Amino acid sequence: MRALLTGGGIAGVFALAALVSFFWTPYDVEVMDISGKLAGPSPAHWFGTDHFGRDIFSMIMVGGRVSIAVAIVAVGIGIGIGVPLGLTAAAQRGSMLDELIMRGNDLVFAFPALLIAIMITAVFGPSAVNAIIAIGIFNVPVFARLVRGAALSLWTRDFILAARVSGKGKVRISVEHILPNVANLLIVQGTIQFSLGILAEAGLSYVGLGAQPPTPSWGRMLAESQTMIGFAPHLALFPGLAIVLAVLGLNLMGDGLRDLLDPRIRRVRT
Amino acid sequence: MRDEMKVSLKRRPLTGWPVRAVAVAVGLVVSAGGAGAQQTDITIGMQLEPPNLDPTGGAAQAIDEVTYANVFEGLTRFGPDGSVLPALAESWVIAPDGLSWEFKLREGVTFHDGTPFTAEDVAFSIERAMADDSTNAQKQLFEGINSVNVLDDYAVEIGLDAPKGSLLFNLAWGDAVMVSPASAESNASNPVGTGPFKFSEWVQGDHVELVRNPDYWGEAPKLESVEFRFISDPTAAFAAMMAGDVDAFPVFPAPENLAQFEADPRFSVIVGSTEGETILAINNGREPFSDIRVREAIAHAIDRQEIIDGAMFGYGTPIGTHFAPHNPAYLDLTGMSEHDPEKAKTLLAEAGYPDGFSTTLMLPPPTYARRGGEIVAAQLREVGIDAEIINIEWAQWLEQVFKNRDYDLTIVSHTEPMDIGIYARKDYYFNHDDPVMRTLMAGLDETADETERTKILQAAEEQVSKNYVNGFLFQLAKTGVADARIRGLWENAPTAANDMSAVYWEE
Repeated sequence: MRALLTGGGIAGVFALAALVSFFWTPYDVEVMDISGKLAGPSPAHWFGTDHFGRDIFSMIMVGGRVSIAVAIVAVGIGIGIGVPLGLTAAAQRGSMLDELIMRGNDLVFAFPALLIAIMITAVFGPSAVNAIIAIGIFNVPVFARLVRGAALSLWTRDFILAARVSGKGKVRISVEHILPNVANLLIVQGTIQFSLGILAEAGLSYVGLGAQPPTPSWGRMLAESQTMIGFAPHLALFPGLAIVLAVLGLNLMGDGLRDLLDPRIRRVRT
Repeated sequence: MRDEMKVSLKRRPLTGWPVRAVAVAVGLVVSAGGAGAQQTDITIGMQLEPPNLDPTGGAAQAIDEVTYANVFEGLTRFGPDGSVLPALAESWVIAPDGLSWEFKLREGVTFHDGTPFTAEDVAFSIERAMADDSTNAQKQLFEGINSVNVLDDYAVEIGLDAPKGSLLFNLAWGDAVMVSPASAESNASNPVGTGPFKFSEWVQGDHVELVRNPDYWGEAPKLESVEFRFISDPTAAFAAMMAGDVDAFPVFPAPENLAQFEADPRFSVIVGSTEGETILAINNGREPFSDIRVREAIAHAIDRQEIIDGAMFGYGTPIGTHFAPHNPAYLDLTGMSEHDPEKAKTLLAEAGYPDGFSTTLMLPPPTYARRGGEIVAAQLREVGIDAEIINIEWAQWLEQVFKNRDYDLTIVSHTEPMDIGIYARKDYYFNHDDPVMRTLMAGLDETADETERTKILQAAEEQVSKNYVNGFLFQLAKTGVADARIRGLWENAPTAANDMSAVYWEE
């Protein structure tokens, strides 16, 4: 429970900051103030200013929005495509279709995710949208496998048998009985994938393949700060901390959710 | 100890052994005696690796940075201050009508492969560079030459269509160096020239090594060997300097780190001038930039000092036209395009864009472009022009922007010396057609008189500035850093070169 609260708290702060940034940031992140560049943290600029004199706190807020948006859509793609694939494969267990889906998944899974994401953005051009697609594609097999595995064991259970006897088709059973029973797993895995999505977005924008300037992004802030770390460490510190904390928070939350929702663990405890 | 280790561990061609053995012996004796041994090797850091090592067969600056004045020499050469000096040509005589130049060649010069350098090689080199199938990147240097006649072994006559005041200057370029027919074809991977250093090895992706040419005609270089190491990442370059892996970085890629080097007594920071006019190039052939009011608006939207401070950490000189400020013929025309956002907005409204417009800004990899581009985009945004930033690699820039002219705005530094003539070229990537410039440049070519040339150049500077062909940002500074004990490095960069012939380590 403590992990869930801590993680949820941290993730909540980032989510809130990102939401607020839609309406308000302390400074406009697209306006530069060259004469006030590289200022350290102060009451006027909580996290200091960057090499163009932009307010780092505001940039972290807006950058968080980009990271979260990328991660949400990427997880959405993973669930939206992966879950139906997994349900279908489980329902058609042992068929050609099952083989086709699962071997296709293996194929995607076999490539290092970030490497392919770099390839996709290199081919289609660097942008936040392409980063989302690239990261999303790699979430598909994760969810497909998870759902198939869980669904397979459910298909042998008595209540499914009862549903079949009552004449329900495979599609209906999958949607009405299997899906609700794997929802817990999806929430836990979704949270973990969400944190991986944020990390992947930071990695892509670090190498210049994520959101393009002037849109701030945590990864690019980190990359640009590299040569200045010797005399202006706050440029690297704050985006670095943002990435670490956001990922940590989401992982803690995922762990906490698993403890709370996973029936096996719950049974051991009670 | 470092030089002895290096010398003894590396495999060398057999011919180098006697010299080397002596050097090793001397080195050991001296260091055993406790006094500091004179270091005779040096490692020079460069950000970009040359695609090949033939300066007559590629436009990349990195080729000249390795080979110019080190491996290859021309009839004339650039000195450290940009003056044109005799090199393989000892002297020359101009015919009274200005239509032919007779060059007297230095005797006793040999190529690194042992073949003697004669007038035949001059004729071969120039004719090869001018040939229709030539891959020379600066063929315009040879325009107007109609014959190269060998008079005897050490005299050659160059015939011209019209008097050409820039001939000696043109022949000093890296693209006009002398090559031997025996080795010309393989210079790309195994350069053979007449210079003070011989090519030793090239480990692609890592370094090029040159060794002293014992048979050099001129003053023997003090250094035994020179290694050019290629480090593209500025952070790694900083670390390599700090760790002493690299002795000097003549063009350090991250200006923000120079203050740290300055504060460290182990290093000296060398800030000089370059021929690099950094411009916001505008596609004059495209709407809305074909309207001079729009181009003028862009010029007034730009705050040069902010770009210099923000992108280059203060290194750079504002320019108002396409001309180097350290040149005596330079006119300060920055007043023509003062930072005045209100005027920019008015001009945009007059041109029919009261709410601005959207466009794209393509940025090649160097810091001045990527960082400068972000600032330019922010400044354009202030007057209502929304320039979407597109970061591209050099290969794509050369293909899409330079060759196909498919762009709106881009930022690039034109590092060729005296290149205002590009504004007379209709087919250049600016897409700018200016008959006045063509007349001026044709006149310049026919004039040898210095005052007259200066007048023409200044007229050209004004012409380019008042047509607002491009946004003129700043003259790139040469921001070098070196071990404080190194002497003889060039302070300025009148051409792309790392001339190592006079470099030595002070005790």
